[in-house]
Amino acid sequence: MNAVIDTSATVPARLEGEFKTLLAKTFSSEPEWLKEKRKAAFDSFCKASLPTRKNEEYKYTDVKKVFSGEFTSVYNEAHKLSLDFEKLFVEKNSVKLIFVNGWLHKDSTLSAKLPKGVIVGNLATDGLLIHSGFLKKYLRNDGDTLSRLNAALWTDGAFIYIPENVQLETPIEILHISTGKKEILASFRHLIVAGKNSSVSVIENNISVDLHSHVIVNFHTDIFSGEDSKIQFYRLQNDCKMVSQITSINVLQEKNSRFDTNTITLGRAWARNNLNIALNGENCESHLNGLFITNGNDHVDNHTFIRHNKPNCRSNQLYKGILDGRSTGIFNGKIFVERDAQKTNAYQSSKNILLSDAAAINTKPQLEIYADDVKCSHGSTTGQLNEEAMFYLRSRGLSEDSARNLLLFAFAGDVIEKIQNEPLKIYLEELISQRLRK
Amino acid sequence: MLSIKNLRAGIPGNEILKGINLEVKAGEVHAIMGPNGSGKSTLSSVLAGKENYQVTEGEIWFSPPSPRGEGSGMRRKNLLEMSPEERAREGVFLAFQYPVEIPGVSNINFLKTAINEIRLHRKQPPMETKDFLKLIKEKQALVELQGTLANRSVNEGFSGGEKKRNEIFQMAVLEPTLCILDETDSGLDIDALRIVANGVNKLRSKDRAFVVITHYQRLLDHIIPDFVHVLSNGKIIKSGGKELALELEAKGYDWIKEKDQT
Ligand SMILES: Nc1ncnc2c1ncn2[C@@H]1O[C@H](COP(=O)(O)OP(=O)(O)O)[C@@H](O)[C@H]1O
Ligand SMILES: [Mg+2]
Repeated sequence: MNAVIDTSATVPARLEGEFKTLLAKTFSSEPEWLKEKRKAAFDSFCKASLPTRKNEEYKYTDVKKVFSGEFTSVYNEAHKLSLDFEKLFVEKNSVKLIFVNGWLHKDSTLSAKLPKGVIVGNLATDGLLIHSGFLKKYLRNDGDTLSRLNAALWTDGAFIYIPENVQLETPIEILHISTGKKEILASFRHLIVAGKNSSVSVIENNISVDLHSHVIVNFHTDIFSGEDSKIQFYRLQNDCKMVSQITSINVLQEKNSRFDTNTITLGRAWARNNLNIALNGENCESHLNGLFITNGNDHVDNHTFIRHNKPNCRSNQLYKGILDGRSTGIFNGKIFVERDAQKTNAYQSSKNILLSDAAAINTKPQLEIYADDVKCSHGSTTGQLNEEAMFYLRSRGLSEDSARNLLLFAFAGDVIEKIQNEPLKIYLEELISQRLRK
Repeated sequence: MLSIKNLRAGIPGNEILKGINLEVKAGEVHAIMGPNGSGKSTLSSVLAGKENYQVTEGEIWFSPPSPRGEGSGMRRKNLLEMSPEERAREGVFLAFQYPVEIPGVSNINFLKTAINEIRLHRKQPPMETKDFLKLIKEKQALVELQGTLANRSVNEGFSGGEKKRNEIFQMAVLEPTLCILDETDSGLDIDALRIVANGVNKLRSKDRAFVVITHYQRLLDHIIPDFVHVLSNGKIIKSGGKELALELEAKGYDWIKEKDQT
C-alpha cells in the first residue's frame, strides 16, 4: 500500500496493483458478480487507457495531465469535519446525503419521512447489503473509458429509488466534499432509478474543505427514468482549484418521461462533464442546461450527447459561459437522430462572454440526423460585454463593477431561470453574485 | 452650472464638434436645435462621458449648486476628467435618443442600485426599501408609466414612446441637477409628448438646468425654453430667445446656414 508510485508508468499499469489491493480489502466482502463486473471494467479500461488529445472528444482537454501526479486510489481515512452543514444545504427539510472523498459521512440525515418503498441511501451499504439484486440489475459498465475506470474503482455514492406512482416532494441533497492532504483518485458513483409515473428532484453540491493536495474526482451517475417519470438533477461544482473533476451522467429515458438537468460550475475548476442521454421511448423531453463562470487557469469542458431513438421527443440545451483570465471553456454538443425518430425537436444553444483577451472558448455542435421529418437547430455566440449597455448603466450612476455585474448576472439568469426549485434559485443567485464580485 | 468652452471632439479622423461654446445657468432651459447629423447626440454623449469620443480641445466645467446652498462657485468640476458614473453621481443626467434595451436586468433593480450608489457617493445611507417603492410609485405617476413596465427588463420590448417615458421616469427618480434630453420628443405621439413635457416641467426648478435637444419645434411648445441655439455642422451658429425656434420652424435650417455663410 505504501509502495513507491512510479509516475512514469502508464496509468493502467500504475493502478493494477492498487486495484488488486482494493479487491482483496475494500471490496472483499462484495458479492462475486460485482467483483467480476469490476474486473471486466478494469480490463476494459486497461485496454483503452486514458483518452489522449488525439481523441477528437478530448482534443481540448488533457486528461493525462490530471493523472500525472502521485495519486492513489487506495485510501479510506476518517476525516473530522467541523462544518456548518446547515449553510451548505439549500433546503431545511431535504433528505441529506454527505460524502467525503467518495465515502458516506456519518452526518447524513436520512431521517426525513419518506413515502413507502422509497430508498434514499448509499450504494455501498444500503445498496449492496439490502438491495443487492436490484443493483445487479442496474449497475452497468458502459460509458467511455473513464466511466469504466469508475465502474472498477467506485467506493460509494447515492442510491435512490422511487417506486411507481410516487411523487417525492422532498428534494434529495447530496453534498460531496473533497478534503485531506493526500493526492487521491476518488471514484464516486450514483444510481438513480425512477419508476413509472414517479418524480424526484436531486441537488448535488461539490465542495472542497481543508484540502491540501490535488484530488481527482472521477464521478459516474446512472439515471433510469421510467415511463411518465420526471427527474430533476442539479449539479453544482463549487470546488477549489485543487480538484480536477471528471463527471459523466448516463440517462435512459422511457416514454413520456422528462429529464431536467443543470450543471452549474462556479468553483475554481478543472472539470470535464459528460452528459449522455438516450431517449428510448416516444414523447420524451430532455432539458440540459449549464452555466460556468471561470477565471485564472480554470478549464471547464461540457460534452453532451443526446440520442433521439424514438419519434416525437424533444430536447433542449442551453449552455452559458462567462470566462475571464486565461480560462478555457468547451461546449461540445452532439445530437443524434435515429431513422425512426420522426418529429424530433432538438435545440441547442451555447452563449459565451469573454471578459479577457486571454480567455478562450471552443464550441462544437454536431448534428447527425437520419430521420427526415425533424426540427433541429443549434446556435452559438461568443462576445464581449455590451458596451452600449455598460455606458447606459454607468450614465445612471452605477460603477463599472456594478454595471458589469448586473449585465453578467442577467446573462447567467437565463440558465438559473430554468431551475424549477425556488430555494435553489435563490441559493444560486447569491452564489453567482458572490462569484461575480470575485 | 455648465460651461462649455471651445469644445472640439469626434472620432479618430472625423471631427464632429468643431468648437462649441455654451453657458447654462441654474434654473435655465436651453434648447439645441439642428439638422440631422449636426452633432447633437455627439455633444450629449460627450457631456455624459461616452468613451468612444475623443475630446481634442476645449473644456467642460460643471458647477452644481452645493447641497447646503453655499454658492455654486465652490464646487466647480472638470467634467472631462470624470467617469460617466462620477458625472451621474454629481448630478448630470442624459436622456438617451435611443435608450438601450438590457434583457434580464430589471428596471427597478437597476434604479435601486443607481440610487444607492449615488447616495453612497453623497455619503448618505442606502434608501429604505419602503421609501424607494414610494418614490418609484410617485414618479411613475408623473410620467404615467405603467407599473408593470417598471418591473420589466430595462427597455426590453418597450414601444418607442415607453422608452422615452422610461427615460424621464428615471430622471425624475434620480433628481439630477443638469438634465440633457436628446430628442426625447422623437417617436412620441401628441399625447405622449404632452405627458413627457409635463413631467419635465414639473421637474423645473431654480436649482436645476435643462439642455433640450430637438429636431422639431413642437416640443418647445410644451417646454418653453429660455434660450435656443442652432447647431449646424458641429458649431453653434446662432443663439436667441424662444422666438428663434418658431422662426426655424417657419423657414427651415437653410435660412440660417445661408445667412451664416454670408
Ligand atoms: N461613433 C460614431 N462613429 C462614426 N461616426 C459618428 C459617430 N457618432 C457620430 N458620428 C457622425 O457624426 C455626425 C453627427 O452625429 P450625431 O451627433 O449623431 O448627429 P445628430 O444627433 O445631430 O443627428 C454624423 O455624421 C454621424 O454619422
Ligand atoms: Mg441625434
